[in-house]
Amino acid sequence: MALLQISEPGMSTAPHQHRLAVGIDLGTTNSLVATVRNGVPQCLQDENGKMLLPSVVRYLPDGKVDIGRSAQAAQAIDPRNTIVSVKRFMGRGLKDVAHVETMPYDFVDAEGMVRLRTVQGVKSPVEVSAEILKNLRERAEHSLGGDLTGAVITVPAYFDDAQRQATKDAARLAGLNVLRLLNEPTAAAIAYGLENASEGIYAVYDLGGGTFDISILRLSRGVFEVVATSGDAALGGDDFDHRLFCWILDNAGISLPSDRDSRRLLMKAREVKERLTLDESVPIRTALENGDEVDLVIEREVFAEITANLVSKTLKPVKKALRDANLSPEDVKGVVMVGGATRMPHVQRAVGELFGQTPLTNLDPDTVVAVGAAMQANVLAGNRATEDEWLLLDVIPLSLGIETMGGLVEKIIPRNSTIPTARAQDFTTFKDGQSAMAFHVVQGERELVSDCRSLARFELRGIPPMVAGAARIRVTFQVDADGLLSVAAREQTTGVEARVEVKPSYGLADDEIAEMLKAGFEHAQNDMEVRALKEQQVEAERVIEATEKALQADGELLNDAERVELDVAIAALRSAAEGQDARAIKIQLEVFNRASNEFASRRMDKSIRGALAGHKIDEIRI
Amino acid sequence: MLDMKQDFFELFGLEPRFAVDLDRLEQAYLEMQGRVHPDRFAHLSDAEKRLSMQWATRANEAFRTLKSPLARGQYLLELKGVDPAFETNTAMSAEFLMEQMEWREALEEAREAADEDVLDDLARRIRRDTKGLVEQLQAAFDTAGDLEAAADTVRRLKFLEKLQHEINDALTALES
Repeated sequence: MALLQISEPGMSTAPHQHRLAVGIDLGTTNSLVATVRNGVPQCLQDENGKMLLPSVVRYLPDGKVDIGRSAQAAQAIDPRNTIVSVKRFMGRGLKDVAHVETMPYDFVDAEGMVRLRTVQGVKSPVEVSAEILKNLRERAEHSLGGDLTGAVITVPAYFDDAQRQATKDAARLAGLNVLRLLNEPTAAAIAYGLENASEGIYAVYDLGGGTFDISILRLSRGVFEVVATSGDAALGGDDFDHRLFCWILDNAGISLPSDRDSRRLLMKAREVKERLTLDESVPIRTALENGDEVDLVIEREVFAEITANLVSKTLKPVKKALRDANLSPEDVKGVVMVGGATRMPHVQRAVGELFGQTPLTNLDPDTVVAVGAAMQANVLAGNRATEDEWLLLDVIPLSLGIETMGGLVEKIIPRNSTIPTARAQDFTTFKDGQSAMAFHVVQGERELVSDCRSLARFELRGIPPMVAGAARIRVTFQVDADGLLSVAAREQTTGVEARVEVKPSYGLADDEIAEMLKAGFEHAQNDMEVRALKEQQVEAERVIEATEKALQADGELLNDAERVELDVAIAALRSAAEGQDARAIKIQLEVFNRASNEFASRRMDKSIRGALAGHKIDEIRI
Repeated sequence: MLDMKQDFFELFGLEPRFAVDLDRLEQAYLEMQGRVHPDRFAHLSDAEKRLSMQWATRANEAFRTLKSPLARGQYLLELKGVDPAFETNTAMSAEFLMEQMEWREALEEAREAADEDVLDDLARRIRRDTKGLVEQLQAAFDTAGDLEAAADTVRRLKFLEKLQHEINDALTALES
């Protein structure tokens, strides 16, 4: 099993086989990209030597898009077209977003996910996030000198299906191959656990710019097992800024600030909050649009008082996660602090009191998530020898269920189930001769549908006429390793089937994404064609390399005729990959995948037999 | 050929009985996940990714089932073709039903009074009773081979588990 150490030079795969893979922390306030180079994880810098990319996107009238520090600097002069903290809008409707009234945007309350009207037209949060990811992708490709094989993108552990799907869509729009969506606290645990060779129960308290997560993990040699997770997907450092912003308005006697003043004062509030980490009191001085001056001083203790209930709001999920894990605070060996907002002294104090120990702050709370994601990306890309890999077992944060009669929820997969997971539940008809059934998929812990999050609706048609209660409709939920749900419904006696990829109520439809991709193509037609071809070629190479390696190891699993068939398929794919037709490669890839199915399946069997070999194999009837 | 029809005990190389060595179970589970988990196949073909998800899903399901005494008991009954009939079977002793009613009343009162201590106390009592029932269940399956008694105990355990959930929900509600 895995060793608890970072791979040393020479232990990783040969340099020519090294695949370029990155970890991306797509944060509310800042985003980062990291990779593992020569066995050492590191965050990649921009041309100015900065690691943190402010998650700010500004749409300019000339069609250009400005991202990061310069966009951030412009937010007070161009608030409507400068989108900050877009992560708060991912997979969310307008009514779900807090503090809308103080936000200087032109919201479009479309059905489903909220949109923003900018000088470049109406933008979805997915497109805005894609701009940030594209910027980081380009930074990584420039810095590593090649195309990326794939990326691990981190998401808050408490993100629901709609928010996860939105994040994956954004990555797709940005031209990234997503190796995995990884929960932020889990990423931090990887970085922390491997660095410190930790064993035992650890809690990761992750207070970011806009989200709060708590994960309880069991760390043992080579295994990271999430036991329970909880959180608040709409609580973070931003809310502390907002409290301070309101305090400034109150104390300076400002009743209705302009959009620009709001932005200016919010930025000021953030700056003051950060300074209060080191200083006992901080002056707040700034000029308003109308020439008025704000001139105040705030003490650290006053700031702690006005934000005390935000801190206690984080402690409830902590207790809930401990209860779900069937653990008490004293069972926890260490508490790892993640996210810039955990720098606030009163946050550290409160967490320390709850767990009865000083929280661990020895890793940079800003970069630890990206570093952990990069380590995982390196593993997923196949850059480490199998015996050096660690095993990561994560969970879903919220229960998944189906609406039943009377607006009640029937839970099908309970929260904290280890993923991937699948569960089935049988339903029946309500009326005689009922030929169709509508399903409403929801996520959440409450018993009433109206208190849970609506994920998707779909229908099963063509149920043969039967008396009420005679049909048996089996609904199967499958959650994959990214925490994404797909649902299938099947009438058991006739086999009528309906399968839906859960396109969340708050998500984007496939044709919308296709539209956005096309819009991107039009801007740089050639560029995109080249990229599409390159992507298919990289994919073909990857598959050929993996298969040849597999054939070397397990070639005896095929007879001569099967071997010839697979060799022919490899040759056909290789020759397509040498051409310039992306579509031809894609088709050949599909042909190849079909041809290699049987081989893959036999290899899996062999591997599982290996797992059993250490046990009493004679007891097992195979 | 290995297939998904193997039962969960076979999957982990364990004897199909109620008493399970939890350390061995966990070891077998981790060993299995180490080989089939999707993270091992992220860079391989779609066919391999799909198989990996199916096997990892199965391993998780098997581990979840065998780890919990109630789920394991239910599963053993299923393997032996006995339907515990949670919805229809009312053949529980009057004494047990009476105790259930008392507990429900106590839970309601504590919930209304927002009394955390009483709720904690109830939770403790349920844990104690659960432990006793698990011992009975093991005797019924592994010693007496009495499936009727096992089914009855499984029904009781199910009742207690539901109550435990409600107490946890009430405690969580008190905190928010």
